[in-house]
Amino acid sequence: MQLMSFVAFIGAVELGIIFALLAMGIFVSYRVLGVPDLTVEGSFTSGAAVSAVFVVMGQPMLGLLMAVAAGAVAGICTGLLQTKLRVQPILAGILTMTALYSVNLHIMGGRANIPLRRDQVIFSYFAQFTGIDRRVVLLLLVLVVVGALLVLFFHTRTGLSVRATGDNEEMVRASSINSTFTKTLGLAIANAIAALCGGLIAQYQGFADINMGVGMVVVALASLIIGEAIFGRRGVIWNVFAVSVGAVVYRIIIAFALTFNFNPMNLRAVSAIIVVIAISYPAIKNQWSLFMLKRRAKK
Amino acid sequence: MLEFKNVTKTFNIGTVNERTALNDISITLPKGDFVTLVGSNGGGKSSLMNVISGVYLADSGSITLDGRDITFLPEHKRSRDIGRLFQDPMKGTAPNMTIAENLFLAYGRARRLGFRIGVGKNLTSLFQERLALLDLGLEDRLRTKMGLLSGGQRQAITLLMATICTPKLLMLDEHTAALDPATADKVLKLTEAIIKEEKITTIMITHDMHQALELGNRTLMIENGKIIQDLSGPEREAMTVDKLVGMFK
Ligand SMILES: Nc1ncnc2c1ncn2[C@@H]1O[C@H](COP(=O)(O)OP(=O)(O)O)[C@@H](O)[C@H]1O
Ligand SMILES: [Mg+2]
Repeated sequence: MQLMSFVAFIGAVELGIIFALLAMGIFVSYRVLGVPDLTVEGSFTSGAAVSAVFVVMGQPMLGLLMAVAAGAVAGICTGLLQTKLRVQPILAGILTMTALYSVNLHIMGGRANIPLRRDQVIFSYFAQFTGIDRRVVLLLLVLVVVGALLVLFFHTRTGLSVRATGDNEEMVRASSINSTFTKTLGLAIANAIAALCGGLIAQYQGFADINMGVGMVVVALASLIIGEAIFGRRGVIWNVFAVSVGAVVYRIIIAFALTFNFNPMNLRAVSAIIVVIAISYPAIKNQWSLFMLKRRAKK
Repeated sequence: MLEFKNVTKTFNIGTVNERTALNDISITLPKGDFVTLVGSNGGGKSSLMNVISGVYLADSGSITLDGRDITFLPEHKRSRDIGRLFQDPMKGTAPNMTIAENLFLAYGRARRLGFRIGVGKNLTSLFQERLALLDLGLEDRLRTKMGLLSGGQRQAITLLMATICTPKLLMLDEHTAALDPATADKVLKLTEAIIKEEKITTIMITHDMHQALELGNRTLMIENGKIIQDLSGPEREAMTVDKLVGMFK
């Protein structure tokens, strides 16, 4: 019995690998800094927009690099809102995300959608250059390089400072580390990675769309949570690996569900429910054991 | 040397909750002074420490540390020269990071280690050496997460972190008050030993009047934001715990 065609499976894995980048970005803001950063919904689209514009100009590689830069700038904006201007973390993300909608429209020249020609995207250049006509190879390469750089960074003192900022900000300042800088740097990295993800997705799908970032934070959180559920939480290397696999598993689950006539309209709701269950699990468990305790006491 | 000139700090100015925590305070701490600071709750002890470390800026007056005006320096820049310990042992360390990583962060306080990767062999042995001095068996547990340690162990490591780059000023805010008596005693002995060894200028806030008179070479009492006693030398030697307690309002 064939549950899923091979093409559909490879497609899910490829998407999973690209979205593993987004999960890594969310890992940096949500797990390392301890703030769910909504900027990502905007910076993801910025990455796609920038990448698409450069593809049209015949520069797909430069497009990805500029996407990274655009994401970093978006993260810096949110970071400065949070630190220098004392806007609450969640609101800071919402504000940047909202402003980015206009910015992204400008980047896309006022259009809501930019279609890309297959022969102009990075994958066709890569195939020509290396003779390997497998998108998954290039995607894995990008994922491994980004993951390795991230892990290395988190082992430098600057990287440790970013981690400590999410862990105990007071201690960070007492260790003569500028927490404004480390927080902003962390958000810049998170959004740079998210934008790279957006940039790759645009070239992979063959278009950039102004609304493609909607709901991405929850999708990435679901991937992260699935990864952690499978592998648990340990050191940074382990966690980065876990969230990447989580993203791939998430896509495979969805592809699998779609073969069972799962309505894709419900996709976002299911992602949200996964996140709710995972996050509320400890609370539900506590309430359940309290309930059992009371029942036993009554007897 | 720490110089405090006419420092005033008022919280919630212009509201019904207005409180003058520090009222025109001037003090000078010569290098190597070990001062114990006492006073009743709300007297302004912690505020004094927070204004020195830059958690709050003074409303007026000036603060100089070893000749450098630090009145408007941001907190993290002052931390280069100022080590701090608080009552809460959880405050001084990052729970989800290892002992080695915590020490590495503290060690980098006065050095540029920005993009060096990993802790490295030399530092590992330095950390082990220092941890061994604590005599808590932590030298073999560098890769243990800080959050898994007891309050006393965490406070001892915080002490190590605050002094691993010898600070120009060490400030202790009832740093043993939350520990059980045996652990408190141990941490206090360690504190004394390190201060003596490195001749660190120190301010120690305490509620224990025996400690206040026994430790260090000078005792300050602060009430309603004013220094009402400044004891040292023979005057301090003649002071008894009972008399000191009697001075509390
Ligand atoms: N962050 C703050 N906001 C408002 N009032 C404060 C703050 N910190 C201290 N105070 C007030 O300043 C006074 C001195 O407090 P504090 O320095 O903590 O005293 P102590 O440490 O001697 O017990 C108290 O009246 C306290 O309520
Ligand atoms: Mg206090």
